[in-house]
Amino acid sequence: MTTPLLSLQGLTKAYPGVVANDQVSFDIGEGEVHALLGENGAGKSTLVKMIYGLVKPDSGTMLLRGQPFAPPEPRAARADGIAMVFQHFSLFDALNVAENIALGMENPPAMGDLASRIREVSETYGLPLDPFRTVGDLSAGERQRVEIIRCLLQDPKLLIMDEPTSVLTPQEVDILFETLNKLRSEGTSILYISHKLEEIRTLCDHATILRLGKNVGECVPAETSARDMAEMMVGSTLQTPERSGRDFGEVALDVSGLSVPSPSEFGTALKNVHMAVRKGEVLGIGGVAGNGQDELLGVLSGEILTAADAIKFNGQPIGKLGPTARRRLGVLTAPEERLGHAAAPDMSLTENALLTGSVREGLENNGFLKWAETKGFAEKIIQAFDVRTPGPENAARSLSGGNLQKFVIGREVLQNPDVLVVNQPTWGVDAAAAAAIRQAILDLAAKGTAVVCISQDLDELMEISDSFAALNEGRLSAPRTTTGLTVDEIGLMMGGAHGMEVAHV
Amino acid sequence: MIVLEKRPQPSKAWSYATPLVAVLATMVCGGILFTLLGKNPIEAIGTIFWEPLFGEFAFYYRPQLLVKGAPLVLIAIGLSLGFKAGIWNIGAEGQYIMGAIFGAGAGLAFYPLDAWYVFPIMVIAGAFGGWLWASIPAFLKVRFGTNEILVSLMLVYVAEQMLASVSLGLLKNPEGFGFPGSRNLQAYDSAHNAELIAGSGMHWGVVTALIAVIFSYILLNRHMLGFHIRLTGEAPRAAKFAGVNPARLILFCLGLSGALAGLAGMFEVSGPSGVVSIDFNVGYGFTAIIVAFLGRLHPVGILLAGGLMALTYIGGEIAQSQLGLPAAAIQVFQGMLLFFLLAFDLLTNYRIRAARSEVA
Repeated sequence: MTTPLLSLQGLTKAYPGVVANDQVSFDIGEGEVHALLGENGAGKSTLVKMIYGLVKPDSGTMLLRGQPFAPPEPRAARADGIAMVFQHFSLFDALNVAENIALGMENPPAMGDLASRIREVSETYGLPLDPFRTVGDLSAGERQRVEIIRCLLQDPKLLIMDEPTSVLTPQEVDILFETLNKLRSEGTSILYISHKLEEIRTLCDHATILRLGKNVGECVPAETSARDMAEMMVGSTLQTPERSGRDFGEVALDVSGLSVPSPSEFGTALKNVHMAVRKGEVLGIGGVAGNGQDELLGVLSGEILTAADAIKFNGQPIGKLGPTARRRLGVLTAPEERLGHAAAPDMSLTENALLTGSVREGLENNGFLKWAETKGFAEKIIQAFDVRTPGPENAARSLSGGNLQKFVIGREVLQNPDVLVVNQPTWGVDAAAAAAIRQAILDLAAKGTAVVCISQDLDELMEISDSFAALNEGRLSAPRTTTGLTVDEIGLMMGGAHGMEVAHV
Repeated sequence: MIVLEKRPQPSKAWSYATPLVAVLATMVCGGILFTLLGKNPIEAIGTIFWEPLFGEFAFYYRPQLLVKGAPLVLIAIGLSLGFKAGIWNIGAEGQYIMGAIFGAGAGLAFYPLDAWYVFPIMVIAGAFGGWLWASIPAFLKVRFGTNEILVSLMLVYVAEQMLASVSLGLLKNPEGFGFPGSRNLQAYDSAHNAELIAGSGMHWGVVTALIAVIFSYILLNRHMLGFHIRLTGEAPRAAKFAGVNPARLILFCLGLSGALAGLAGMFEVSGPSGVVSIDFNVGYGFTAIIVAFLGRLHPVGILLAGGLMALTYIGGEIAQSQLGLPAAAIQVFQGMLLFFLLAFDLLTNYRIRAARSEVA
C-alpha cells in the first residue's frame, strides 16, 4: 500500500465550551479528491485550519508523505505544498489581478513575468483571466479564479477548497469541476469542503463525514445516495417539508417597473423589476450573491424608499412608506444578515423581539414600552421555534447562527404577516432547523400569506417555491412555475457562466 | 503570553466594576506621579478625595461640589443620549457659552424690571441658545452629510469669539467704567439664580440636573425613543430596519444635548458666575464628555461621575494651594482617570486569559 499524501491521526482541538475536533483521523491519497462533509459547526473549518497552520491542534499528529508535519504558520504549510482557497476572498478591489497575486507571494517576480505566468496557468487549467483587470470589476466566479490561480502558482501538492461553489452559477461550477479534474489527473490532491451532496457525488473519490467534531463515517460518494450521506451528516432521519396543493388568492404584493440605485457604493442597482405574488404563493428568487438581493429586500422592507406606485400591497401604493408603516399593514421582512441587521448583537432577545414586533404585537403604549409583554413575545418565539437559549435576557450574539436565525424568522412568522419577504432564511442553519424553518414558511403560505423567498440555495428554492425568478445584476427574470424547471434553465435565468451570452429578460 | 477572549455576552458585573477599578488605578498611578514630584502620595490623594468632603473646611467645599457638579451632570446627560446613538456632539462648550449669552441677554433686556417671569424667560432663552448652536451641526449633517464632530467642535471657537464680542460690546455693563463684562446678574433679583437654601449650593441648575437624570433614565429604559437611540448606537442597520429615521434622531439628540448645555450655561451665568465675561467658560463642556463616559453613558452613573469629577476639581485646587502641586499634575491626574476607564472598559466584553506559550 502506498503512503498517503497526508495522514491525520487523532487530531483534537478544543475551544472554551466546545470541542471543535475530537480524535479526527483520515488519510488523503495522492491525486485524490477527498470530500470533507458536515453541517455548519461540525468542525470542518477548524480541521482545515490545522492543516493550513492557522490553528495548532491540542493533540494528535499529521504525517505528510510519512514525515511528521506540524506547520507553525500558513507560510510553512505553503512551503510544504499545501494551498488553500478560502470561502471568503481576501483580495483588494482597487488592485489588478497580478498585483493581488504578487501581494500573496514570498518573492514576487517582476510584474511582466508574473503576468505571463498567470496567463500560462490560467490557460492550462481552463480558467480564463486577464492579469491586468481590476479586481473590483470581476464577478464572484472570476475572483475565485484569482484565488485558485494564486494557489496553483505555488505548484501545490494538496489544494484545500472551502465551500467553493457557494458563490457560483451552475455553469461556473461546471468550469470549476473541469479544472479540478485536470488537477487531479496531474496528481494534485484536493480536500474539498462542502455540504452540497450532489456536487460531492459527481466530483469526489472519497468522503469523510464530520458530525459535532467527530469523524462519523467515510464513504465513496459515487456509490452512496445523497440521502444516506445527509443522514450521516445530521445523525437522524430527515423530514422533507410537506406541501399541500393549494389555490392562490388575489395578488397581494405587486412590484412594477421598480428601479432604484443601491445605497452602498459597491451595491447593485435594481433595474426595472416586475413581480406579482398572490396570496398563498411562494415566489423563490435565486441568483448569485451580490446581484441585488440586499437591495430588493431593502426596497420591500421600506428601508429604501421608492416611487409610491412601484410597490403595491393589496392594490395600495406603499413605495413611500417606511418599515414601521409597512409592518402595520402586514408586510414583514427578515434580512439575510442576522447580526447587525435583523438583530442587534449586544441586545437581549427581549429587546430584539421589540425591534420588529412593537407595532403588530402592541408592545408600546404612546411610546412607552411594555417590557412584560415584550418578554412574553420573546418567550413565545423561543418556544414555538425551539430556539436553544437559557432565556430571553441573553444577548443575541450569544446564540449560535442557526438558533438566532430561527429566532429572527420566528419573530416575523408569529406576527401573522400578509406578505413575508425572507432573504437566505436557512443560511448557516443545520439541516433539522432548516427543515423546520421551511416548514414554517410553507405553513404560513398555506394560511394565505404571500411569501417571497430570496435564497442562493437552489435546492431550497425548488423545494418550497411555487414559482421561480432569478436576479442577475439587478434585473429580475420573469417568474416561472417551479415544477418542471431544469437546472440548465435555472442557470440561464441566473445569467449563466461569465463569458456566456447573458439572457436578459 | 496574555490573550484577550471575547465574552459570549457583556459581563454585567464588570460593567459596574470598571469605574471603581479605574478610580483605584488612577489613585495608584497618580500616587506614583505625586511621589516623583516629591510629594507624599497618601497625603496628596487624601487631600484630593477627603478634604472637600470631610476636611476642616468641608462646610465651604461641599456646596462647591454641587455648583461644579451640576453643569457637568446636566451637559453629560444630554451628550450621553447622542453618544449612545453614535452621534458625537463634541461642542457642548460652545452650546454652553451660547446658552449663557442668550440667557443673560434675555435677562439684561428686561433690566431693571422686577417681575416673576424674567427668570423663566431666561431659562427658555438659554435652552434655545444651546439648541440653536447644536442644531447647526445637526442640520449640516442631515442635509450635507458633514461630520458633526468637526463642525460642533469648531463652533466652540466661534462661540468663544461671540462671547468675547458681547462681553466687550452688546452686553457690556454701561456702568462698568469701561471694564469688559456684563452687569452682575447676582445683583438683579429677578434674574438671579440664587441658592434655594442659603449655604447649600443648591440652585435651579442642580434641580434641573437631577430632573434631567430622571428624565433620561425613563427615556432610555421605558420609551420607544430611548430604545431607538440605543438601537442606533448598537446596530445602525438594525435600527433602520426597525424603522428609525436617522435624520430625525440626529436632530433630536444634538438638539437636546445642545439645549441642556445651554441651560447649564444659563444657570451658571445667572448664578455662581453672575457675569458674562471673556473668561466665562472654564471647560465644563469638554469635561462633561469625560463625565458621560466615566458614568458609562448611564444616567445614574453620570450623576456619580459628575460628583467624582467635581471632587477631583475641588480637591485638585486644594492640593494646588495647600501642597503646591502644579496645575498640570492635577490635569494629568484627571486624564489618567479617563484613560483607565476606557482601558478597563475592555473587560466588559473581553476576558483576559493567560495562554501557555504554544510550541508546535
